[in-house]
Amino acid sequence: MKKWLIMILTLALGLLGLAGCSSSDETSSDGKVEITYGFWDKKQVPAIEEIIKLFNEKNPDIKVKTELTPYAQYFQKLETAATGGALPDVLWMNGPHVVQYAKGKVILPLSDMAKKDDYSFDNYPKSLIDLYTVDEEVYGIPKDFDTTGLWYNKKIFDEAGVPYPDDTWDWNKLKEVATKLTNKDKGIWGYAALMGNQGGYYDFIWQNGGHIISEDGKSVGFDQPEAIEALKYNISFIEDGLSPTQAQMTETAASELFSSGKIAMMFDGPWMVPEYKKNPDLNVAVVPKGKQRAVAIHGLSNVIAANTKHKEAAWKFVQFLGSKEAAEVYANTGTVIPAYNGTQDAWLQSVPNLNLKAFIDGVDYSVPLPSVENTGEIWQYETDILKKAWSEEESVEDAVKELTKKANEALSNN
Amino acid sequence: MKRRSSFFSLFSLKGGSIVKEIPLQVEVNAKRRKLKVPNLSKTRKRSDFFWAYLMIAPTMLGLLVFYLWPILQTIYFSFTEWGAFGQYEWTGLDNYKRMVDDANLLQSFKNTGIYILFTVPIGIFLSILVAVLLNQKIKGKSVYRTLYFLPVITMPAAIAMVWRWLYNSDYGLLNYLLSLIGIKGPQWVSDPKIALYSIIVVAIWSGIGYNVVIFLSGLQGIPKTYYEAAEIDGAGPIKVFFKITLPLLSPVIFFVTIMSFIGAFQVFDLIFMMIGKGSTALEKTQSIVYLFYQHAFVLNDKGYAAAIAVLLLIIILIITAIQMVLQKKWVHYD
Repeated sequence: MKKWLIMILTLALGLLGLAGCSSSDETSSDGKVEITYGFWDKKQVPAIEEIIKLFNEKNPDIKVKTELTPYAQYFQKLETAATGGALPDVLWMNGPHVVQYAKGKVILPLSDMAKKDDYSFDNYPKSLIDLYTVDEEVYGIPKDFDTTGLWYNKKIFDEAGVPYPDDTWDWNKLKEVATKLTNKDKGIWGYAALMGNQGGYYDFIWQNGGHIISEDGKSVGFDQPEAIEALKYNISFIEDGLSPTQAQMTETAASELFSSGKIAMMFDGPWMVPEYKKNPDLNVAVVPKGKQRAVAIHGLSNVIAANTKHKEAAWKFVQFLGSKEAAEVYANTGTVIPAYNGTQDAWLQSVPNLNLKAFIDGVDYSVPLPSVENTGEIWQYETDILKKAWSEEESVEDAVKELTKKANEALSNN
Repeated sequence: MKRRSSFFSLFSLKGGSIVKEIPLQVEVNAKRRKLKVPNLSKTRKRSDFFWAYLMIAPTMLGLLVFYLWPILQTIYFSFTEWGAFGQYEWTGLDNYKRMVDDANLLQSFKNTGIYILFTVPIGIFLSILVAVLLNQKIKGKSVYRTLYFLPVITMPAAIAMVWRWLYNSDYGLLNYLLSLIGIKGPQWVSDPKIALYSIIVVAIWSGIGYNVVIFLSGLQGIPKTYYEAAEIDGAGPIKVFFKITLPLLSPVIFFVTIMSFIGAFQVFDLIFMMIGKGSTALEKTQSIVYLFYQHAFVLNDKGYAAAIAVLLLIIILIITAIQMVLQKKWVHYD
């Protein structure tokens, strides 16, 4: 009996030791309010540090501590932190997750605070505000955005004597040129039919007049004729040997094939600029049109965690992050397209030999990336099921049937 | 020698030399006790316990907090269904019922089964072979030992990335070499029929080093006198291997087998790194733990993931128990 008592005591002693490790400070010693800022992109650290410096010139009482988590772990970590009420006060949010976080009440609606402070949401592209609007409440202040462009390799075009892509291009033209540029002997494919939703089959489905998620959010539109036609068009590049196969593209990323001159054209976003600008043969144009023009738009925003103890300070910081001043810092460093209207020009000039304007032109007819409470689950089904159609194991019709069934089930669980 | 046998006594109560040692110590203690005042020994004993527990408290605490508690929690969560941000509700046996007609789970069991059937026996066979060869008097022995051990200290992620490139069907070294002799190589990691075996090769290659080290220490623990006696009796090297080396190595083989089984059951990183998310070969390669990861962290279906983990725990327990029973038939302790 005594043995047990001693054992329990030693355990308790050990526990006390452990507990001692985890004490937390609310306010820092000099009376300043301290807030944390969570984000994932290391490339943006210099810009963020500069913005915090500017912020502190106006708000010396608010100390901002940065918390960098790589994207691969970012949302896993956030979810655990949200469960324990330990989210950073201000944090980056993306479209696919915002509904889940808003409905889970772990981030704060900003509309009331914005109204009180006369803060205008009109300074950002409307599709981005829509992306972060859940149940008519705005939850995030847009920070940056990205659309998709048709990247191409000038050298391959020149060698085949084909004019470069421009805004007159449509689906037929894309296919026609891809056929001309494909050169089996040299190992060159005309086009890369990526199995990706943003900048991939979503764009094609919208261009063909289809939809991804219905207005009421109750069903998906993958089994509609417009969507089936768009998916088939995309996959036909693989069937006709104009694009690497799905297996080839999982073994060697299409972006790698493209930057090493094995692919003549592909869809990709502005985040690839730092990579593609290294190869002087590459340039970018607007995406071709289908029945109509459409391109997915997505952008990040800054949100406030519901568990914050310094709501006022966090709101001040988020306002500043969404300000013109902060956007200019982003534009000048050239890493992202800032969301604040009119600040994009500096970004356009950051790489003069690339036609970066193609990405901004897309904003006019852009469609926000659909976001529902369980976007992640639907995306998972898309990858699992559509890949069978992409690898020609299954017909597009069979694949979309299964995908629609599973995705609709997921939506009905909301 | 002494340390080894006491280590393996964990697995077998026979415990070799330790059995011989214990009575000896008791005798010494008994003598000492007779010399000293008997009352003192009792208090002494209690304070001994106190210090012993104090010394093992940090480890015990670690075990309880980081192993035992999560296991209990996992078992509890396997009866729940999860929503966003840690809300969950008790759903009884629902997760286990769902398992019955989950084709993916069945396939992942098949995949893991094939993986075990190949990696464990081939891995152990090759490790013994290499260990025996490295135990000979050859030149540059330490160079070879280092080479064989290198994959063990290399990060699995790095191993997977390098092999991915070797296996690349269009630009990989392997298919390039095959093309030189006029063979068009397969899609090593994308063809659903081949991908799992490609992974098995990497797993065996990267696992040999660790086992070799254990086998080497086992081999060096075999007393030279046996070999000398065998030599005098005129036994050839093959007979020596089967009659002396193998039986005396059997406790080590047993240990390595158990560890390899458990390790193979838990395979995850190689598959995660070598088979891409959108890969056509994913269904035919995903292991039980991969499926667990998928449900727990991608689909946020933590209840079902917990049920998979519990099932895996039960299977490993059963197989290890079977091995414990079977070992009586083939494992020799001196």
